[in-house]
Amino acid sequence: MRFVKRMNYLQDIQLFKYHSTIGWYLILITAFLAAPLVMGTYWVSLLILIGINIIVALGLNLVTGYTGQVSLGHAAFFAVGAYTSAVLTGKFGVSFWLALPASGVVGALVGIVVGLPALRLKGLYLAIATMGFGFIIEEIIVQWEPITNGVNGLSIKRPSLAAFSLASDKHFYYLVFPIVLLSVLVLKNLLRTSSGRAFLAIRDSETAAESMGINLAVYKTAAFCISAFYTGIAGALFAHFMRFIGPENFTILESISFLVMILVGGLGSVHGSVFGAVFITFLPEGISLSKDYLPTFIGQQAGLQAAVYGLVLLLFIRFEPLGLYGRWLKIKFYFENFPFYKKDTFRKVRKFHRTQKQ
Amino acid sequence: MTKEKKECSFFQVTDLSIQFGGILALEKVDLEVQRGEVHAIIGPNGAGKTTLFNCICRQYKADSGRIYFKGKEVSKLKPHQVVSNGIARTFQNIELFTNMTVMDNMLLGCHSKRQTGFFSDLVFWGKAQNQEIEFREKVEKVIDFLDLQAYRNRLVGNIPYGAQKYVELGRALVMEPELLLLDEPSSGLNMEETQDLAFSIEDIKMDLGITIILVEHDMRLVVDVCDTVTVLNYGRLLAHGRPTEVVKDPEVVKAYLGEEN
Ligand SMILES: Nc1ncnc2c1ncn2[C@@H]1O[C@H](COP(=O)(O)OP(=O)(O)OP(=O)(O)O)[C@@H](O)[C@H]1O
Ligand SMILES: [Mg+2]
Repeated sequence: MRFVKRMNYLQDIQLFKYHSTIGWYLILITAFLAAPLVMGTYWVSLLILIGINIIVALGLNLVTGYTGQVSLGHAAFFAVGAYTSAVLTGKFGVSFWLALPASGVVGALVGIVVGLPALRLKGLYLAIATMGFGFIIEEIIVQWEPITNGVNGLSIKRPSLAAFSLASDKHFYYLVFPIVLLSVLVLKNLLRTSSGRAFLAIRDSETAAESMGINLAVYKTAAFCISAFYTGIAGALFAHFMRFIGPENFTILESISFLVMILVGGLGSVHGSVFGAVFITFLPEGISLSKDYLPTFIGQQAGLQAAVYGLVLLLFIRFEPLGLYGRWLKIKFYFENFPFYKKDTFRKVRKFHRTQKQ
Repeated sequence: MTKEKKECSFFQVTDLSIQFGGILALEKVDLEVQRGEVHAIIGPNGAGKTTLFNCICRQYKADSGRIYFKGKEVSKLKPHQVVSNGIARTFQNIELFTNMTVMDNMLLGCHSKRQTGFFSDLVFWGKAQNQEIEFREKVEKVIDFLDLQAYRNRLVGNIPYGAQKYVELGRALVMEPELLLLDEPSSGLNMEETQDLAFSIEDIKMDLGITIILVEHDMRLVVDVCDTVTVLNYGRLLAHGRPTEVVKDPEVVKAYLGEEN
């Protein structure tokens, strides 16, 4: 059993509740910094993909998990970021170090435009609207050949830092990792201030949020804007990592897979975004690795990956709606309160209220 | 005469009307509240009491009529600007942020007082951090005032209904309003809790000096704590005056008990 003794207010707003947590995170960070030294290229490239997906999941979680605005169009922001950087560096010879923030900014601007309909639409309608936006961007990529090279796609170079080339995956990893860390930190910071609480407030009750003095239009747009900035940055990293992008990288399936990430990881949680990104990036690899061990009639089935996605989603929604993060919380709670854990601690209580007195 | 009145009254609603389809929810309603009083709005179900609150807080756009607060017209504000003008409210069917703790719910009451922008929040240093501590101090004061210590870090959806009502009241107090609108604060509370509520309302009036308008069905509470009463019926003003006089008004008795009386 562990207790926290609260001595001042600063303690309540720290990122870490216990000092030991900081230690654990430092060990984790060191481990990830050392990872490329001991891992093969395959695993390093997988880690890079996970990192890129974490950034997207963080952004999407801000808008969907925290602010409650479902988006099925995040592949489009991803595409905008990727193509901005690809075109700027490839066609105009702009340095990658300028093109990277530019992708974020262009993404953010597009995010504001998409955020505008979100002021009027809710739930399913918003999902459909953002999905439509995704189709539009996909179509633009295909049609705007002079810039995007249409269906043939664009090839992109890996960036370099002064004389130091980031061409190999191992080097590229050291570019992605700090950006992921920074993204996590910035989002964590934002979420523990009044801006962050305002996002959550909008998710839970728009009427009440408004009466707290929260300008719904500003905050919903801001959520889309920040989210799209994150996704745009991730898109740029993705483009330079893959070295080749085409419209097939940014389909509706990609948007869905981002959404599955945060659903499986845990809506409205930074940990959840990370867990989900790790899980969903590993899943296809796991499937293809296990193909050889499965009976042929399953292993060689065409739609195996989609089917597994669907199954995973179904199982999570049915048995662990809070996602991997919810599971993690339960395990943590078990150890923190070690001898006193009760099985029903997390069971939802159904309540009936008398709301009206006659 | 009327001009003079406008100048001296603290909060005034004139000629307020709003229509939903065929229903005239409010029809030329006038209301006047003096600084420091507790004013009750009573009336049968569907009389338009909540609608009146929604119009004051600009959640509904009134078809006609004006609202003045401290001599300033507040009937053209955006809904989110109402609170920074000193008006806070609670809701009839509790509107709390159910997935947040009691603390976070009440911290949201501080939102209108924030001095930092997005960017200083992103780095969370200096000003943003100090502001956060300041907000917490403010909330702790209200928690003490309403005796909510036990629930501080509980999820608001998991605490008893009576406590939720108090959290909502607390959240409104954190906004440091000059005028507090309470929509049926006692609904769903038992006798004992209602009695506590009466004391809290007195405290809010005496210690914090906040003017209160409350919608209430419990006549005992109205007579106990309110200085003046307005009666609404089918969106129209029926009576206005001291509680003890109003409850004897034959028109009011008729509206409440039906024609035979
Ligand atoms: N958004 C709305 N759309 C349509 N009609 C509405 C709306 N809001 C209120 N009304 C109507 O206005 C009338 C007054 O409703 P209101 O909620 O103000 O009553 P009330 O006095 O608060 O009643 P109660 O004591 O039951 O809370 C009712 O006839 C109601 O149906
Ligand atoms: Mg009502």
